[in-house]
Amino acid sequence: MLHQPITKNYHDFIIERDPEKCIQCQVCVRQCSYGAHIYNEKDERVTEDETKCVGCHRCEALCPTGALTIRRNPSEFRENALWAPQFIKNIYKQADTGGVLLTGMGNPYPYPVYWDRMVLDASQVTNPSIDPLREPMELRTWLGSKPDAIEVEMKKGRPNLTTNFSPQLQVNYPILFSAMSYGSINLNVHVGLARAAEELGIFYNTGEGGLHQSLYKYGKNTIVQCASGRFGVDSKYLNAGVAIEIKIGQGAKPGIGGHLPGEKIGKEISITRMIPEGSDAISPAPHHDIYSIEDLRQLIYALKEATDYEKPVFVKIAAVHNSAAIASGIARAGADVIAIDGFRGGTGAAPTMIRDNVGIPIELALASVDERLRQEGIRNRVSLLAAGGIRCSADVVKAIALGADAVYIGTAALIAVGCTLCQRCYTGKCPWGIATNDPYLAKRINPDIAHRRLANLVRAWGHEIQEMLGGMGLNAIESLRGNREKLRGVGLNEVELNILGIKHAGA
Amino acid sequence: MKKVYAREDVCIGCRLCEIACIVEHSISKDIIRAFKQEEKRPARNVVEECGPVSFSVHCRHCDEPPCVQVCISGAMVKDPRTGRVRNIPEKCVGCWSCVMACPYGVIKRDTNQGKVIKCDLCPDRDLPACVSACPNEALLYEER
Amino acid sequence: MKYVIIGNGVAAIGAVEGIRQTDRQNPITIIAAEPYATYGRPLIANLLRGKIHEADLAYRPETFYRDNKVTLLLGRTAEKIDVAARRALLEDGGKVPYDKLLIATGGKPFIPPIQGKDGPDVYTFTTLDDAGKLDALVGKIKQIVLIGGGLIGLKAAESLNDRGLKVTVVELADRILSTAFDQTAGNIIGNRLAEAGIEVITENSVKEIVRKNDRVKGIKLNDGQKRSCEAVVIAIGVIPDKDIVKGTGIATNRGIVVNDYLETSVAGIYAAGDVAEALDLLSGERRVVPIWPNAYTQGQYAGRNMAGARMAYKGGLPMNSIEFYGIPTMSMGMANPAGAGYEVITRLSPEKNVYRKLVLRDGILVGAMLIGEVERAGILTGLIRNRVKVSSFKEELMKDTLSLSSLPGEIRAERLSK
Repeated sequence: MLHQPITKNYHDFIIERDPEKCIQCQVCVRQCSYGAHIYNEKDERVTEDETKCVGCHRCEALCPTGALTIRRNPSEFRENALWAPQFIKNIYKQADTGGVLLTGMGNPYPYPVYWDRMVLDASQVTNPSIDPLREPMELRTWLGSKPDAIEVEMKKGRPNLTTNFSPQLQVNYPILFSAMSYGSINLNVHVGLARAAEELGIFYNTGEGGLHQSLYKYGKNTIVQCASGRFGVDSKYLNAGVAIEIKIGQGAKPGIGGHLPGEKIGKEISITRMIPEGSDAISPAPHHDIYSIEDLRQLIYALKEATDYEKPVFVKIAAVHNSAAIASGIARAGADVIAIDGFRGGTGAAPTMIRDNVGIPIELALASVDERLRQEGIRNRVSLLAAGGIRCSADVVKAIALGADAVYIGTAALIAVGCTLCQRCYTGKCPWGIATNDPYLAKRINPDIAHRRLANLVRAWGHEIQEMLGGMGLNAIESLRGNREKLRGVGLNEVELNILGIKHAGA
Repeated sequence: MKKVYAREDVCIGCRLCEIACIVEHSISKDIIRAFKQEEKRPARNVVEECGPVSFSVHCRHCDEPPCVQVCISGAMVKDPRTGRVRNIPEKCVGCWSCVMACPYGVIKRDTNQGKVIKCDLCPDRDLPACVSACPNEALLYEER
Repeated sequence: MKYVIIGNGVAAIGAVEGIRQTDRQNPITIIAAEPYATYGRPLIANLLRGKIHEADLAYRPETFYRDNKVTLLLGRTAEKIDVAARRALLEDGGKVPYDKLLIATGGKPFIPPIQGKDGPDVYTFTTLDDAGKLDALVGKIKQIVLIGGGLIGLKAAESLNDRGLKVTVVELADRILSTAFDQTAGNIIGNRLAEAGIEVITENSVKEIVRKNDRVKGIKLNDGQKRSCEAVVIAIGVIPDKDIVKGTGIATNRGIVVNDYLETSVAGIYAAGDVAEALDLLSGERRVVPIWPNAYTQGQYAGRNMAGARMAYKGGLPMNSIEFYGIPTMSMGMANPAGAGYEVITRLSPEKNVYRKLVLRDGILVGAMLIGEVERAGILTGLIRNRVKVSSFKEELMKDTLSLSSLPGEIRAERLSK
């Protein structure tokens, strides 16, 4: 292409425009935020610059005649099992710019997906199925630290619970909305998440961008996050939600902190994050006041003091090699809930190398954490939340069977409101209006529609979970938790089966 | 009566409303034919854009329509039953008095035909075409 | 309850529709001097030009009178009003009793005392019959002179020119369209008319209509110039046709004076339209503003008040929209301000025949004039009607991208919420 580096011609996608169907309405020109569609005034024709296409499909979705198809660029490199085209193109890019490769959303590499190698049981003959349309089917559960034993005294022939419980969060579905910061996504998405959480009786997480003033009214369904940058954290913020989550790490980029470029820090974000407008928002890798497990315990109890011990404290870690030992330490440090974020977790911006190569699958991390805590006899001290690439209700069921109390969904929630996983969130040009705070683009998320779609998704998954539970002869989600007997592996080796703690199918 | 109301906060300026209006009021009601073969007539709503703000302006089908008061040929009439204000093209003489009178500026001159065109709330549809086509629910058809 | 309306113009229709909003039962009688169903007088120029046919003229559908229980007395002229006996007396002897009466007799052409005006070949241009007479001249005569360079005169000139006559227009003021438009606008239109072959003479007047054997042969102007012609059309303007109130004691000034409820000084008698002197929105005074929408609205409010719904008329706004040979022109409010205290902003592109003018007083928009670029002009009319202070965004209003976005957010939101 003229006036561009020659490597631009190795672009990933081509835009096929059917001339019979194109009515030159220019909706694609208006809707593409990357400038891939251009209107040629002289010829009165829409043309394209395919080097700019990121494969987000916005144009294809809105074209009123269906004239557009986005395809993989058929221009192919010679087959090479080692040098897949993406590696080649990444080198071109770095040779051009000298920069760090950035990307958005979750790890797309073909590492094994263990959800797809585990299957569920169903009742046949013995232990009959339960029909969720006729029998009560309990999806509700409670997140929080459970005591080692409960004490009951009899009063007038009736049992009376005398144990004092730590604060518990009742959640109507074992599904929560994961942390996505205000700044990486825009306020309209947050409003949709908050309203859907309210309607469903579940929770959403503010992420590390603070809590916008207009969302305080959804406090009953909000988990506020306290991350290493401490953006937006003050006593009002800490008391605004029903729980506080200390973010130690994130599945997509374990070991490093967050980064929101200064251009994306406008007035509202500046106020909410409590930082100056236009200055980069960089969260450091460690919390600079947490350098040991004792420091973590100190912070956990500082937060509990600040909130009168009324709110459970969550600790979120990325799934890494020694997750089991780390989780054990966190449970003993006084956390009420441990959230583990696997390496498939999404992000608004991360260096590609870290996102694609650091961290371990959530299935393995979850299983090993649950097993370790049970072995040490402290499993009851925390609830476990699994996160990082939960794609469907079957993944939720399998996660709970492996030991989770509930799951966090992030990517799935954004897909529900329109995301097509083009992985360009870091540009701030999200044409779906999700990962951007450009006022022109942000309007593309109508909070009412977002609310409706998110609620639809969770309700639909809820029905499916009920069907699967009933099929297994269970009538409560708590009967599934850690019930590894309900899972069987398919095509897994002995080591994998051991770590997951499940048998192979047929055995 | 139900009218079309626009939400400035969620309008994305895609102009699919204009396209839907043109197709609905075309002869063939087929989008490809309407745009490629038939003579192009303007859409009956006005999409305004000002920086990141955009919204669509539609005939308000006023209770006391200035366009009806000013029309010298009786082409602009308010249906007493439905409340809709419509322009009878056979009677319109293109004096543009209604263009001068409408405080929303939603009456357009079709200089090819020498007549005006104006939103008629799509009498052949349950839901006006523009409302149905908006991908972000920025147009509402309701009574207020 | 008997409603009687003298006159069958747009004010009468407005009155019928106004009455029927409240009172669907009681009978209405319209006494119409002309033998036709209501038609828009401005349309006679289109008729003369051949752009429309007589069948298209009716302002309301045929079924209108029947559907609204109106007895239509066509071709009968009301001569006097017997206030004591509450009766309208017709020329042919008929007597029409009333409980509520509306005088909507409209305007009659103003005929100045020109020497030679009496006799054949001198016409006016206000009614359908007038158009018929001029239509009959086409093909029979070659040259015609129009006295009066106002809206009526020029529309007649345009029509006659298109039908093949050689037309000369004589205007007293220093420009054509002197009431509604200014010198700049007048020049643009004047040039366009000249291009089309019409001779326009300004700052002059016809001193004498020259006859030979009683037939018109030509005219003599004040400065001595002569023109030959075989017919003359006097189209200077209309004056309120208020003769009917003689002997009734109804107060008149230039027109029949009415209050905010369109009622005259005599209870039970109302007036509306070109004959009435009613509230003018911008000046706050009572004025005769013979504009089509004012006539309709006054008729509507008169009807409502006659039927017992007490609703105050908020006042009329002068406005005109007319196209001359492809150039659309519009004038709203005080587009030609006299005196001090007005801020005037203009934009002129003579090569494109585009002119825009805004008139402000104390920052409030009071008048506008548009030539050529007229899209969405109604937005300006709305601002004038609502006395909006526009000083902070007046530049936006001057652009051809005039839009509701030009208005401050609160004003726009309030408008669009309706």
